[in-house]
Amino acid sequence: METIIEIRHLQKFFGKNEVLKDINFSVSRGEVVCIIGASGSGKSTLLRCLNLLELPTSGEILYHGQNILEQNISNAVYRAKMGMVFQQFNLFNNLSVLENCTVGQIKVLKRSAEESRKTAMEYLELVGMAQFINARPHQISGGQKQRVAIARALSMEPEALLFDEPTSALDPEMVGEVLKVMKNLARSGLTMLVVTHEMAFARDVAHRVVFMDGGVIVEDDTPDVIFDHPNNERTRVFLKRILDD
Amino acid sequence: MAVDADSSFFQWVVYILQHYWPLFLRGAEVTLIISLTGTIIGFAIGILIGVIRTIPMDQNTHPLKRILFKIINFLLLCYIEVFRGTPMIVQAMVIFYGVAMIWGIHLSTFAAGIFIVSINTGAYMAEIVRGGIISIDKGQFEAAHAIGMTHSQTMSNIVLPQAIRNILPALSNEFVINIKDTSVLNVIGVTELFFQSKSAAGNNYRYFEVFLITCLVYLIMTFTVTRILRYWEKRLDGPSVYTIHGSQTVPEAEIKIVGRE
Repeated sequence: METIIEIRHLQKFFGKNEVLKDINFSVSRGEVVCIIGASGSGKSTLLRCLNLLELPTSGEILYHGQNILEQNISNAVYRAKMGMVFQQFNLFNNLSVLENCTVGQIKVLKRSAEESRKTAMEYLELVGMAQFINARPHQISGGQKQRVAIARALSMEPEALLFDEPTSALDPEMVGEVLKVMKNLARSGLTMLVVTHEMAFARDVAHRVVFMDGGVIVEDDTPDVIFDHPNNERTRVFLKRILDD
Repeated sequence: MAVDADSSFFQWVVYILQHYWPLFLRGAEVTLIISLTGTIIGFAIGILIGVIRTIPMDQNTHPLKRILFKIINFLLLCYIEVFRGTPMIVQAMVIFYGVAMIWGIHLSTFAAGIFIVSINTGAYMAEIVRGGIISIDKGQFEAAHAIGMTHSQTMSNIVLPQAIRNILPALSNEFVINIKDTSVLNVIGVTELFFQSKSAAGNNYRYFEVFLITCLVYLIMTFTVTRILRYWEKRLDGPSVYTIHGSQTVPEAEIKIVGRE
């Protein structure tokens, strides 16, 4: 399987605080990888580094073998290839649902308005939000916002989609609708990297589960191994605490 | 109607209105043109400076660019501090007579008026715009960057429209202040409303009657302006009602839904 992203010796400091310590891992095309771990374990920072929302202190991020931390590749071009779905949705408040999904296509991908609209409608239909194209973000619910945010990211037709705790800010009754969309996406063969606390989702959908603790990847294996007979004591303790709640 | 010293207050008001309404009208016109132009130009200056002052700099920025940015920032800060920190009436004197003395440029009082109000407003708006920009949620910047937008694309498409919406009340405030404060321009002889009122009052020695009318004219102008800007704000907010296109059973149906405020 073709490797899309490979991370080598990634390190990130916030001041004197070492949040990521020598991270190495890679993602292949079509893979669904869930990153789990306690708060402060560095999983969100890792995801944000992948989209360059945080600049790594040292290390390499290879995108199709090319190090994107070197100056010769434009950050904007790379970012357009890595979709991102945020915990707080971050829909553009000044734009309608449809415009949220077309603005990036028009401004970044230089697509025509008509083509952008067609692509946007396709993905808004996929997430079940096609009826709300004229709504403003403040007029729709959290679950709907997150589905639009997913459609916005998909409209850019990225190579991989990064999810940063996409259901953590949602009311419990809205978690299901977002997870359903994500499950369908995973089954369609989209490359996905999901930071999540939804263990059932990770077990069900992921090809690989990465457990992080204290800024390092403790275990990186199939869901069966991670959830049923983890090799590391820290993984076992974390899962026991989470699953017993 | 003839009036003399024994005429009543109302007779005087009616007399002045009858004889001097063109004067009030011309004065109001000059006041409005100067304050409107000054506010618009000042707003443009404010946006420009606000955008420049919020350009992000990090350790990856070229050192030369960072030094240049610091110099520009310092100059802009000087501008803001000087024009916020001195009265407009004094600025009017210094600029009007200074420009003539140092560069030998004789500005018309009207042009000088617009110039003074513009740069004065610009100094205030610069900080208001900067405040508007930095108050926009970081998530909006991140989401825009995440889909590959550059800083300038993010600014013009996402952040500025929201920031400008948020500072509209401050802009309308600034406009109202300008309508009133153009009255200080009478010191350099701009024929705005206060200047005209003064001549009307001086001709008849009726200060109270004349300035009461002046008061009303100012009030009508400021009130109208605040209403218009409020209406604009509401329009920018969009309707609180939105339409669902199609439904499960009747695809061509349009369902109006009252949005949550």
